Amino acid sequence: MRPTDYTLKGALEALAAGETTSVALTEAFLDGIARLNPRLNAYITVTAEKALEAARASDARRAAGQAGPLEGAPLAIKDLFCTAGVQTTAGSRILGGFVPPYESTVTANLLRDGAVFLGKVNLDEFAMGSSNTTSASGPVENPWSRANDPDTRLVPGGSSGGSAAAVAARLALGATATDTGGSIRQPAAFCGIAGIKPTYGRCSRFGIVAFASSLDQAGPVARTVEDCAILLKSMSGFDPRDATSADLPVPDFAAACARPVKGLRIGVPREYRLDGMAPEIEALWQQGLQWLRDQGAETVEISLPHTKYALPTYYIVAPAEASSNLARYDGVRFGLREAAKDSDLRDLYERSRAKGFGAEVRRRIMIGTYVLSAGYYDAYYLKAQKVRALIRRDFEQAWGKVDAIVTPATPSAAFGMDERQDDPVTMYLNDVFTVTANLAGLPGLAVPAGLDAQGLPLGLQVIGKPFDEEACFTVGAAIERAANFTALPGIRA
Amino acid sequence: MSYTIDGTTGPWELVIGLEVHAQVISQSKLFSGAATAFGAEPNSQVSFVDAGFPGMLPVINRECVAQAVRTGLGLNAEINLWSRFDRKNYFYADLPQGYQISQYAHPIVGQGAVEIELADGTKKTIGITRLHLEQDAGKSLHDQHPQKSFIDLNRSGVALMEIVSEPDMRSPEEAGAYLSKLRQILRYLGTCDGNMDEGSMRADVNVSVRKAGEGYRTRCEVKNVNSVKFVMQAVEAEARRQIEVWESGGTVEQETRLFDTQRGITRSMRSKEDAHDYRYFPEPDLPPLVLEQSWVDQLKASLPELPDARRARYVAMGLTPYDAHVLTLEKETAAFFETVAKGRDAKQAANWVTGDFFAALNRLKRDITDPPVTAENLGALLDLIADSTISGKIAKDVFEIMIETGKAPGAIVEERGLKQVTDTGAIEAAVADVLAKNADKVAEYRSGKDKLFGFFVGQTMKAMGGKGNPALVNEVVRKLLG
Amino acid sequence: MSLDAATVKRIASLARIRLEEEEVGRMQAEINGILGWIEQLREVDTDGVEPMAGGAPAGQPAMRMREDAVTDGGIADAVLANAPDRQGDYFGVPKVVE
Ligand SMILES: [Mg+2]
Ligand SMILES: [Zn+2]
Repeated sequence: MRPTDYTLKGALEALAAGETTSVALTEAFLDGIARLNPRLNAYITVTAEKALEAARASDARRAAGQAGPLEGAPLAIKDLFCTAGVQTTAGSRILGGFVPPYESTVTANLLRDGAVFLGKVNLDEFAMGSSNTTSASGPVENPWSRANDPDTRLVPGGSSGGSAAAVAARLALGATATDTGGSIRQPAAFCGIAGIKPTYGRCSRFGIVAFASSLDQAGPVARTVEDCAILLKSMSGFDPRDATSADLPVPDFAAACARPVKGLRIGVPREYRLDGMAPEIEALWQQGLQWLRDQGAETVEISLPHTKYALPTYYIVAPAEASSNLARYDGVRFGLREAAKDSDLRDLYERSRAKGFGAEVRRRIMIGTYVLSAGYYDAYYLKAQKVRALIRRDFEQAWGKVDAIVTPATPSAAFGMDERQDDPVTMYLNDVFTVTANLAGLPGLAVPAGLDAQGLPLGLQVIGKPFDEEACFTVGAAIERAANFTALPGIRA
Repeated sequence: MSYTIDGTTGPWELVIGLEVHAQVISQSKLFSGAATAFGAEPNSQVSFVDAGFPGMLPVINRECVAQAVRTGLGLNAEINLWSRFDRKNYFYADLPQGYQISQYAHPIVGQGAVEIELADGTKKTIGITRLHLEQDAGKSLHDQHPQKSFIDLNRSGVALMEIVSEPDMRSPEEAGAYLSKLRQILRYLGTCDGNMDEGSMRADVNVSVRKAGEGYRTRCEVKNVNSVKFVMQAVEAEARRQIEVWESGGTVEQETRLFDTQRGITRSMRSKEDAHDYRYFPEPDLPPLVLEQSWVDQLKASLPELPDARRARYVAMGLTPYDAHVLTLEKETAAFFETVAKGRDAKQAANWVTGDFFAALNRLKRDITDPPVTAENLGALLDLIADSTISGKIAKDVFEIMIETGKAPGAIVEERGLKQVTDTGAIEAAVADVLAKNADKVAEYRSGKDKLFGFFVGQTMKAMGGKGNPALVNEVVRKLLG
Repeated sequence: MSLDAATVKRIASLARIRLEEEEVGRMQAEINGILGWIEQLREVDTDGVEPMAGGAPAGQPAMRMREDAVTDGGIADAVLANAPDRQGDYFGVPKVVE
């Protein structure tokens, strides 16, 4: 078996059995990155030396009988997580050259458990996007391509496009990612891998470059549901440095993957059946529900009546928070500074921010500034907060009837890098199935479930109750077993 | 009789409200673990949170919340068990996050009141609108470089209480009295050190003028005035400016102004194009601040005695209202007095503290926090008078020696043999000697010149080096003159 | 609600993003496109609905408070290390005149 073909779980077992070493795994991934990254552009920064050093230290710890739960596993880190001593760009020119002197809690947790970091992976600028085409480091290519049109390069989805592409192309065993409106689940679905956005508060946001504070959550992407469970277990946990971090015990998520779905009630929200939805998405959804029924679950139609308002709500709340969160990028303490010869401070701010932020980020800052501005707050922001409350209430009412909800993950398969770039709203519709979980703070897991007619992966989504990621893992693993998704992308190490 | 300023069109009334920023006494900042001490090296008390680095998050300091609650209780205000932080968004060189975390819609403290007293003894209640917690900004230095300003973030994130008054003040004196009283209350509570020259308290002064019987006219805000004196000056200067504008047919524009302490005038601070739109919204990094009533009750039970209560207690102890006022102005003075007075005659203690002791402070340019004589030693001196070890007159000499040497009064009296003579035999001998040497005066006395009695007493005291017990000397003189 | 060019410029100025004259039209069109789409929220009846602030899924728990202790700071060099214009122990910016 080639080392890059291991699942995370398989690699950890092989390491434990002495069949491989962290150094061997790390070298294999670094070799794959060296060969494929020039095309895929999944990594922004490859820390080869650091990774090998960490792998050697890991092998030594294992030899000394001090192996952690992720001991020796090479991972990719989304470049939104601050990593001490390693450049962190958030995919933006404005953070070019920024080297944080501190480590995010999530990455610190992974290091504590023995993980090895291969480098920092690409993303949409400040995690704003669904195609990973807005990065200052250039677009990421999806390792999959259409069977009948292999030359059209496809997007990996976004914003965690680098994370998903790296994992799908076997350039890491797993990766960290973040999800504000679908940024874990949509790219996971586009790249044929699994990913989970946990409950808001499950993973600490400390040290993660903020996009929209009330929506951002970290989570893993990996090749299997169980790999996600293993990673999430390490990434999660109470952090006193994040006031919104939940002070709750972290369950054994991997154990939940093995539980039967028999007797579980699976909600099927009628409002997710969109007008003009692609027939193969609808077919995949029905197939997924049938698999669950075959394993003894019960499917129940439910109503989430405010679903159609979720995206517009999101496009008020997220830009508003972003406009404030991104005010700190002003060219004074870190990052890009742009000034004319006689710039005063105001001009320096305006030039630095105009040059440092890309078009999509500027657009969202503008929208966010507008919806919070005097005279418009009530009509936009306050209204959106109220609709958000209704969306959360829809789910609360559903939990009386069901244990988990299953929906499609995305309205389509991956699209071409040149497609859908003209109209922002069309791009925003990518997140139509995922964004409700962010607004309501709920866990949502994407699992690859099939291929479309062109051979591209399609995913299903499992939404769980607050802090019931276990249900997502149980149901997701059941779909994964039934789907027996064995297709592979054309480009892989 | 109310205060007015006469313009060319007649008298104008003043309407004044204050927003006071008071730095909370705490070890660490409102949302970070960096220190708050004054005067540290630039940027040495800065965490990545205070510097607005990517991914940094605020975590609130319990003590800062407790201080705000204590202050609210001290201002007789409602404590809001549910409050929330909001972001106030604006760009400024010393505002690293690009927003200030403050409390806009739901402050921790609601309405309260402060009673002020004016020079003529009139009392007036000034309403408190609210008190909220917020972060301080950093500091810009403009005099270090010809083309640049330098930014020091040591203050960034330090907890402030913004205390907003109702527009209840009507004269510079009332504004000054309110600020002084507020400062006094906060210092008693131990929630703000009140060091205005270190910026621990700054006032934004809202001033408008009007003709008698009118509603409010447009107000202007004079920012960051940092002493009681300057507040009074700024009120008057701004009121006179507005009167001139109105009387010359102009209109006062609502704006933010600065008080130029050199020239004694206010001037416009920000141009109009910078008109602020703060885009407040709930701080998503912080859940609501929910307090337990039992915690508030605990804080209330542990509040120190406040100036008004203490003053009343001193009057009840027999002090004059004036002495009670003077002794309670600063809590350190009150504490000094209490130590001196403990277990002793309060009136006498007050006389000594406000008399010889204050005189010494003035003369030596010392402060109550650095007294030339400790309260314990001053108390011991009073004991020596009370048990007749020394006379009140000798005590004054001992007090001076205490200042010079720092020694305890007992030791001084011992060393220098200043102990009062109460031995009747010795006194009788001294009196007999004086009478013998002044036979002529004795004769005059006996022929009716009563006034000479004091002469014999004085001569005896002199002969005894001032150490004779005055009562005994009197008694013996009377007896021997018989 | 549709934004005119002057409002677009005012918002850009509030957000401290330099907007060249030739960019105004495009920005205006894009923002108005998005705002037009957002307008559909108006049809939702939100009377009496408590707005949801923060992201907690089941109502926000009360804020935790930390103890008052000095646990941070004393890292001036690290704080200044990324500064584009470090001036000794300070951050340098063009002179600010009040
Ligand atoms: Mg103010
Ligand atoms: Zn304030």
